[in-house]
Amino acid sequence: MSADSQPLVLTLAGIGKRFGALIANDAIDLELRRGEILALLGENGAGKTTLMNILFGHYVADEGTISVAGPAHDPEKCEAVFGQDHARNKESSLAQLTPGSPQAALDAGIGMVHQHFALAESLTVLENVVLGTRPLGSLRLDLGGARKKLTALMADSGLDVPPDRRVSRLSVGEKQRLEILKVLYRGARILVLDEPTAVLTPQEVEGLFVVLRRLVASGLSIIFISHKMNEVLAIADRIAVLRAGRKVADRPAAGADRATLAELMVGREVAQSRRTPRAPGPALLVLDRVSVGDPPGRAGLVEASLSVHAGEIVGIAGVSGNGQSALAGVIAGTMAGQGTITLEGKPLYPAPHASIAAGIGRIPEDRHHEGIVGALSIAENLALETLSDREVARAGFLRFDAIRQRAVAAIRDYDVRCSSPDAAIRLLSGGNIQKVILARVFDRNPRVVLANQPTRGLDVGATAEVHRRLLEARARGVAIVLISEDLDELLALSDRVAVMARGGLSAPRAVESVTREQLGLMMAGHAEAA
Amino acid sequence: MIRFEPRSRAPLALRLGAQVGAVAAALLLAAIPLGAAGAPLIRAFGLMADGAAGSLFAFTETLTRATPLIFTGLAAAVAFRAKLYNIGAEGQLYAGALAAVAIGAGAIEAPPYLLVPLVMAAAALAGAMLMLVPTLLRTRLGVDEVVTTLLLNFVVLLFVQMMLEGPLKDAMGGGWPQSAPILPEGTLPPLFERMRLHAGFIAALIAAVLVYVLVARTVLGLEIRAVGENAPAARYAGIPVTRVMVIAGVLSGALAGLAGASEVAGLKGYLTADMSRGFGYAGIVVAMIAGLDALAVVPAAIFIAGVFVGADTMGRTLGVSNYIADLIVALSLLCVLVSGLFVRFHIRLR
Repeated sequence: MSADSQPLVLTLAGIGKRFGALIANDAIDLELRRGEILALLGENGAGKTTLMNILFGHYVADEGTISVAGPAHDPEKCEAVFGQDHARNKESSLAQLTPGSPQAALDAGIGMVHQHFALAESLTVLENVVLGTRPLGSLRLDLGGARKKLTALMADSGLDVPPDRRVSRLSVGEKQRLEILKVLYRGARILVLDEPTAVLTPQEVEGLFVVLRRLVASGLSIIFISHKMNEVLAIADRIAVLRAGRKVADRPAAGADRATLAELMVGREVAQSRRTPRAPGPALLVLDRVSVGDPPGRAGLVEASLSVHAGEIVGIAGVSGNGQSALAGVIAGTMAGQGTITLEGKPLYPAPHASIAAGIGRIPEDRHHEGIVGALSIAENLALETLSDREVARAGFLRFDAIRQRAVAAIRDYDVRCSSPDAAIRLLSGGNIQKVILARVFDRNPRVVLANQPTRGLDVGATAEVHRRLLEARARGVAIVLISEDLDELLALSDRVAVMARGGLSAPRAVESVTREQLGLMMAGHAEAA
Repeated sequence: MIRFEPRSRAPLALRLGAQVGAVAAALLLAAIPLGAAGAPLIRAFGLMADGAAGSLFAFTETLTRATPLIFTGLAAAVAFRAKLYNIGAEGQLYAGALAAVAIGAGAIEAPPYLLVPLVMAAAALAGAMLMLVPTLLRTRLGVDEVVTTLLLNFVVLLFVQMMLEGPLKDAMGGGWPQSAPILPEGTLPPLFERMRLHAGFIAALIAAVLVYVLVARTVLGLEIRAVGENAPAARYAGIPVTRVMVIAGVLSGALAGLAGASEVAGLKGYLTADMSRGFGYAGIVVAMIAGLDALAVVPAAIFIAGVFVGADTMGRTLGVSNYIADLIVALSLLCVLVSGLFVRFHIRLR
């Protein structure tokens, strides 16, 4: 859509915000037109979320102004929101937004969908939509009227969620659709989506994009916050890049390319690691018809067989929740299953310490939940898997000097940005936490590495670092299992790719002989698509 | 509007200041009921301070009272580190005391260098066994240990009363429900002439140092902290989570059991069912004031003991109920919990 002819609906002029010494936003100008999708691209900490929080009235900017178009074709409401000045002033169609007031932002038709959902799990979809739209203390809910409005909204937008289902029983994709519906229900004309695809599977992302295109076609405007370049290129009309609190680029999406955007985001050229051909060695990790019973709410593993050779990366593709957790669990030792797993011919005892002792390095799926103990120091977290080693402890007493020395070396080698090895690890960013986990994994010279979603939620720089480390390990002859939902990542790194669907694992195929489409079909459960 | 912004780090001065401020706030709040009871406030607090530390004798009384509180404070600190909420130190204390008199009141005759350790070991074992049950219920079946440990307190107290009316009743006790006295060879000797402060205090100090070293310096201590802070990550890293929790639970129970032994073998000489003035529960407050730090448990316990002893003196002189002590202890816990917010968050008003 050529949006230049469309009227402006939102302008941010010279927005600045400081938190102590940190400049979160520095003189940022931004314009949004009717029917436009503007992508706000930037690494973690570039100031995207701060800017949107200022727009939404959660923070007050130190400097700068925000102006919004009045509610379309409704002078009465326009006056209620902006006062008589604006209603009289026909010249300008934009009026300044009261800073620091979420209510003013809502009234002006700005709606935000946060990365972390704010839903009442025990209420139904309809009740969640109505929640907060009625004055406190009103006695009647009038769900009938709300239902009609919601049904109409769902038909118009293509967002479909069963209105009477409890939120706790919705899938992640459905919850997100509900969040968007909530915002639309309140009459939003400007939709702000904060990292909306972080929690979605590739299929759900496609579905979301269809909906977003439909919404802008009907006259809405969308700000799409992301750090994923291919998504931004796929959906946005215009791309604004933020780096370290400043806007460094603002250009049409047409004609933009990944490499340029990555450079703009990071501020330097990002070296993308390349896989070099290499003859694989002997099979190291062998799974023979391994099954795991269904844990509640998740697909288990059904007779999965796989052999991973020294010096190769086997990629596991699949929509999340199709048994990847169980596959990772049996390799990491956190789950026991039927069937046999052998490492260099020796059976693997199903316990985390046994996996570690056997020489399996493990990068967990959820680094905050399983990877680190946030309150402990970086040094202690690095030592956590090796507490029985003589270098870490002697006669039950910790050897702090040795632990600290190792941490200092790891921080240097992996470029972990931190104040000291004694700092609590929860203070680090996601990318730096992942570097600590990488250090913990690779410092032991593992024979096998299990990397479960190793780049999820990481920015460009950190992702490139993870890829580089995995390829280096491959070059040293490590056997690597890479579980990922990012097909680009899998196709770039893997020697062979297998697909998980409903707990079953397909036979891996050489990456040169499969196409994206074939993988997509297999992920959807069409076994062995030709 | 009040905003809570998480602090990235809390300086030591702030953490210390928050605890001291909380305790001061508790004392200030206690002025309200004190005033309502008609006591002259300045004099009341003066009498409390005097009673707690106004003379060498008063201070040794405070230290005597602090002895069981150090043990129960350590018991809570160890368990809470592993996120095992042992509210049952009161029961474990009585179990320990019961075991101490069962062994030390004539069942075994031995010289002091054998009998004293035997009495202490029996008490520790009894407390540990009592805590083992809720710990296993928690780790195996997921039963909430707050409920089980709390309710076991009443079970144990009734059991103690039954024993004191029955098998363990002192035949020479003039009909009172009390046990026979611990043999002189099993007694923890007093530290000074004509004072009640006994060797149990030294034992408590040693226990505090040992627990500190364990938690801060050993592999097991790191495992306990890791399990308490993030059990799934500890498990993923190969730490035997169940075993660590059981060890922490047993250790906690043993420390509470030692509190009981120290009271009967050091102070009272025999066991009665009203021996503990809620030392088990006050230990939780001690641990919280100490921020679960084993060394800080000692001054925290001395402070709480000072409140108890001082309030006794003040109550006797002014005719105010000495329950004011329990009130101050409870207020201290509440204030410490609130002050924790100031340590963890920047609190901004706008």
